[in-house]
Formats: sequence, structure tokens, C-alpha cells
Amino acid sequence: MLKHLTTTDFDQTIANGAVLVDFFADWCGPCRMVAPILEKLATENSDVTICKVNVDDEPELARRYGIMSIPTMLFFKDGQMVDKSVGALGKPAIQSKIDAIRQ
Amino acid sequence: MYDIAILGGGPAGLSAAMTARARGKSTAVISNDPAQSPLWKADKVDNYPGVPNASGKDLLELMTKQAKEVGAELIQGRVTSMMDTGDGFMLNAGTEIYEASAVIIATGVVGAKPLPGETEYLGKGVSYCATCDGMLYKSKKAAVVGRSADAPEEANALKEMGVDVLYTGISKKRPQSLSEEIPYISAKKIEVVGDSTVTAISLDGEPHETSGVFILRETVAPTALFPDIAMKGGYIKVDKAMKTSAKGVYAAGDCIGKPLQIAKAVGEGLIAALSAVDYLSKK
Repeated sequence: MLKHLTTTDFDQTIANGAVLVDFFADWCGPCRMVAPILEKLATENSDVTICKVNVDDEPELARRYGIMSIPTMLFFKDGQMVDKSVGALGKPAIQSKIDAIRQ
Repeated sequence: MYDIAILGGGPAGLSAAMTARARGKSTAVISNDPAQSPLWKADKVDNYPGVPNASGKDLLELMTKQAKEVGAELIQGRVTSMMDTGDGFMLNAGTEIYEASAVIIATGVVGAKPLPGETEYLGKGVSYCATCDGMLYKSKKAAVVGRSADAPEEANALKEMGVDVLYTGISKKRPQSLSEEIPYISAKKIEVVGDSTVTAISLDGEPHETSGVFILRETVAPTALFPDIAMKGGYIKVDKAMKTSAKGVYAAGDCIGKPLQIAKAVGEGLIAALSAVDYLSKK
């Protein structure tokens, strides 16, 4: 089970290292497709922090990052957003984006 | 989990399904209501061998029946996104998710070029899936570009979620099934306008302020369905084995190019299915 971020711990979580944040909602079909993939990727990439934001619970975070379609994945490196992808990206594609922020 | 999921229940998809079943593969055909198929509306089909004077509807009904009889599972729905899981695929249609080891795309022709601004603002206000993104537009304005038979119902669903919906269609008359609370504008020239995200939709030159634009067509463009897929001249690029640029994904019929004929689609469906079966045997 990946950690769900809130406004209180978001900034602190993304501040260091490589972080992937998945913005999702329970009612979104493509989000449900991505969920098990992210769980798997988290196990396979233990040096990268992978977590989630529920847009229904955290509308402020969704607004801050202009989330207009879900799933949206944000990729951070030491607090800087370096990549953003919208839609149900496949496992190989997410992995290559993770590899890019890890460097 | 199916061995093979086939997107599209036209001649290519149904032919692929029959071959996949003949090879003992569990097979799902996910397709729109057949009455929305361009073939269904063809009064007479003159050049399909063996069935003279048949209408498009007759042929589709016969082929559908035949595919069902050999054990293909027919599912009504429109797949709006598809994902590579690393060892198979997940497909999302409405609120349903299906899993398959291999996929054959046989979705026919999209029949429309993207609207100006559509590709640019995809994910930045433009969406193809009301059930996926609707809630993000709660208490906001969103326009629905209705290009499919079920678009009015989708617009009604958005309205019920609390979205301030504007509906635009081609016909002068508003669709009967559209909720009376939703304003209807008939427009031929549509453009999506914005800066970093969508700010308006232009209908025959008249701008209407909006945060979102839902474009609902009968057929989802292959690149919107699966961004990894290579195209050539507006069609899905395949080799002689109907293999696309994505591993485990095959394509057949009108979506891979002209001539847009049943006989060609049926042959390609067969080849695509055999290639998918071969792929599964080596997996």
C-alpha cells in the first residue's frame, strides 16, 4: 500500500531525492489500472519514493499542480518538478521516467 | 484475464475473434453498439464473396452470431485507455477494467481529424472520458463536443456530478436524450482555446468560457488509446503480420489503412489473430 500524501506532509516528502507522485481518485478507471503497477514499481525501485494523492481528499494539492485529468504523475528531484505525465502510462514507460529522475 | 482482447466488433475484429477461438484462446471483443458502425448503415454490400445482396446490417449480424457461437465473449463498451503492465495489458472501458495478454486493435476509422487545439490541450482541459475526469470539473464549466450516440447521456452524467455543462453538436436540433437543463449549441467549426490550460471553446467563431472540453467520439484515436503506438499517414503502422510498434499489440481492418473494405478487414483480422496466438505461444 503506497503512502497517501496530504497538504501537511507533501512538501516535506518531495524535498529530497527522486519522488513520483500519482494523483488519482477511487472512481477513475485508468487510475485503478495504474495502481498495481505503481505498487510493483515501488518494490522494484526501493531508492525512489512513490506515493499518491487522492484528488477528492486533497483538492488544494490538485489545484496547486493544475491536475485536470487523472491519473497524472509528477516526478520530483530534490523538490523540483522535472516531469509530468497525464494518463495511464504503461510500466516500461513509467520505469524509464523513474530512471531519468534517478540520475 | 483473457488471452486476447479485441477492440472493435466489425469484420476485422470478429474475424480475428473466430480465428483466436479456433486456436483455443479465450477471447473478448469489446465494441460499441453495432448499430453505430458505418457498416450497419450500408444498405447494400455488393463485393463480399458468398453473400450477395446482403445489407451491412445483415453481414454484421451474421458475423457477430458466428463469433459468439464459437465462444468469443462480446462486451459492449468503448475502451478509452489501454496500458502495458509489463506482462500484459489493462483496458479501461467506462468504469470497467479488462485484462488480456495480447491485444488486437480493430476499431475502424476515426473519421475525424483532431479539432484545432485538441491535441495541444489533451490532459490540460481536453478529455475523452467523462467518467474519468468529470469530478475534476465539479462546480466548473465544461463543454461536451457530442460526436457519439451516447454523448448526451455522458453530458447528463456530468451535469449530475455538478458540472456546469454546455453541449455542442452538429445537428440543428438538440438531441432528445439531452437533459433540458443543459444548453445546446449547434456548431460546425470548433476550436479549443487556452493559454497553459483550456480557457474557452470557440463555436463557429464565438468563444464560450470553459475550463474543460470533453470530446466524445464513437471511436477513440489509436494514439489517444495507447500513446506508444506508431502511426503512418493517419493509420496504425503494421508489418505484414499485422504487428504494431508495440509488443503484443496487433491491428487489423480500416484502422490500418485503405481500401476500407470488408474482404480486406476479414483477411487482416485472421492474420492478426494468428500472429497474436504465435506471440502468446512464445511468451
